[in-house]
Amino acid sequence: MSEFLQVVLSGLATGSIYALAAIGFTLLWQAAQTVNFAQGEFVMLPAFFVLIALHWFGWPLWAALLFGLATAVVVLGLLFKKVVVEPMLPNTGLPLIIATMALSIFLKEGTKKFYGAEAQPFPPLFPQETLHVFGAAVSAQDILNLTVSLAVVVALTLFLNRTRTGRCIQATAQNPAVAEILGVKTKRMVLYTFLINAALAALASFLISPVYLAKFSNGETLGIFAFIAAIVGGFNQIRGALVGGLLIGVLDNLTATYITTSYRAALPLVLLIVVILWRPYGLVGTSEGREV
Amino acid sequence: MRATLRPVLLLVGLAVLIVAPLGESNYVIYLLCSWLIFSIAAIGLNLTLGYAGQISLAQASFMGIGAYSTAILTLAGWPWVVGMLLGVFLCFIVGLALGFPALRVKGHFLAFVTLAFNTLVFLVSRNEEWLTGGTYGLSNMPRPSLFGFSTDNQTHFYYFTVLVFLVSAALMYGIVRSPWGRAFKALRENPIRAESLGVDTRWLTLIAFAIGSAYAGIAGALVSPLVQYIDPGSFALVHSLRILLMVVVGGAGFFFGPMLGAVIVILLPEALRFTEGYYLIIYSAAVIALMVFCPSGLIGIWGRLRDRLGRKPETRADMQAGAQL
Repeated sequence: MSEFLQVVLSGLATGSIYALAAIGFTLLWQAAQTVNFAQGEFVMLPAFFVLIALHWFGWPLWAALLFGLATAVVVLGLLFKKVVVEPMLPNTGLPLIIATMALSIFLKEGTKKFYGAEAQPFPPLFPQETLHVFGAAVSAQDILNLTVSLAVVVALTLFLNRTRTGRCIQATAQNPAVAEILGVKTKRMVLYTFLINAALAALASFLISPVYLAKFSNGETLGIFAFIAAIVGGFNQIRGALVGGLLIGVLDNLTATYITTSYRAALPLVLLIVVILWRPYGLVGTSEGREV
Repeated sequence: MRATLRPVLLLVGLAVLIVAPLGESNYVIYLLCSWLIFSIAAIGLNLTLGYAGQISLAQASFMGIGAYSTAILTLAGWPWVVGMLLGVFLCFIVGLALGFPALRVKGHFLAFVTLAFNTLVFLVSRNEEWLTGGTYGLSNMPRPSLFGFSTDNQTHFYYFTVLVFLVSAALMYGIVRSPWGRAFKALRENPIRAESLGVDTRWLTLIAFAIGSAYAGIAGALVSPLVQYIDPGSFALVHSLRILLMVVVGGAGFFFGPMLGAVIVILLPEALRFTEGYYLIIYSAAVIALMVFCPSGLIGIWGRLRDRLGRKPETRADMQAGAQL
């Protein structure tokens, strides 16, 4: 029983990090109809910005984290929108998907070339202690990862539902033409969405890299898990991405512990197919006019 | 003029295919063979992507299914044709089974399902050692012989590959030109109109995906006797992405697009060898640029140039305005 609790808790901790990436993915899809196949690399990269600030500039950890966040927002938010997405805008769909796939190769190979192919240790953000809860040994890092991600999700939901800007972003996502007529600066709202996505990816990167180490190929699994979390939960809701992320994290851990390690990576596929067959609009999603 | 130009160009192409390996080293012939083989896989993906408008990211794993079934059967003493047919059949059935849930929903679900499927095939071929040899793979597959004519010589195997390639390409040409293939085009150009004209779009898309996957099976059946060694890594996701790039770079939806794309994806690494590790970086940047400036691929650039230089059909200004409403 204590082992079960341990497995579930650490699954929730990783799952909440997947959820951050999945939420960014969902937001981009809603506001800009952009399916970002480079989302995994977006999570992989900011850790390297931090490492550059730490080791090349010799900055303290907090400054390096801020630097990583700022660079990620500029490069993965602003530049991604201006250089890749915006020039293609009339042709979203297939060409854009292919372009983001190429971008994912570009980021991955670029990182490998400029920072090296070995996994780099990443400084832990939280104390490496072990707590004992109901007889289960739980690392403080897991608990704090979970807390921070959930706090960010709550803050983001409040921002989107309670503030004027947040509501404008939602209006843009639901119906850009009408939003524009009502005086919403839709272009700026879409830009905000890209920036939020980049910030979420950076945060996920800072939380997961101490656990998995920073490696150029980390994006492959992270990307797949984020997509599947978004689809399983329901593509049109933040809540959905959160549920999807947590579910995948926990199920992944449970499969690895109790069923099989060699087929661990097959779980997302099974989950994906079951959900598509049973509830194509996701577990907590609602069927909307625009079929995803 | 175009009507006479086309057969002449085809004959020239055929002649080039026949003359190409003469006097070349084994390595060049190997490259030519892998160009032809990947062209077959890319032609299949072009049906899924260019004609039915769905992304498949599992083309390499279908090649894997074809390659493993051919390898296992030929190692057990069966003729190559049996292995190939079994591989093609398996790919077709798996394609149907995989496409059925994904294509129930509109959008790019097939991309995600096939993405996950590629991982699954990799895991099965790595873990099921009794069948696939695990990470060590399978080796020493015998080469096929045609009417008692052995293809152990590299040049002979090249001509065998050319034959399979030509038959596959001709079949695909037939599929695309048939009323049924025209329905694919209708589907791509305007799915709503196609549906209202009585085209069962969902069924057609599913069949297109299954046929496209079966083509990867043919390609896989040729890979195992060419390299005579296969392991799970040969059919990983990277290779699916490569095949996808071939189709997109060449020009999705154009019949000769995937073959052109395969030339570039297979031969460009050789040309860019002097850049060493930067090859993939340059390559992916080029693909992004191509998608930004000309989403219809290299063949599309040719069409654009022709439009710009040649005479243009007049478009009615009021029609253009109407389309924007």
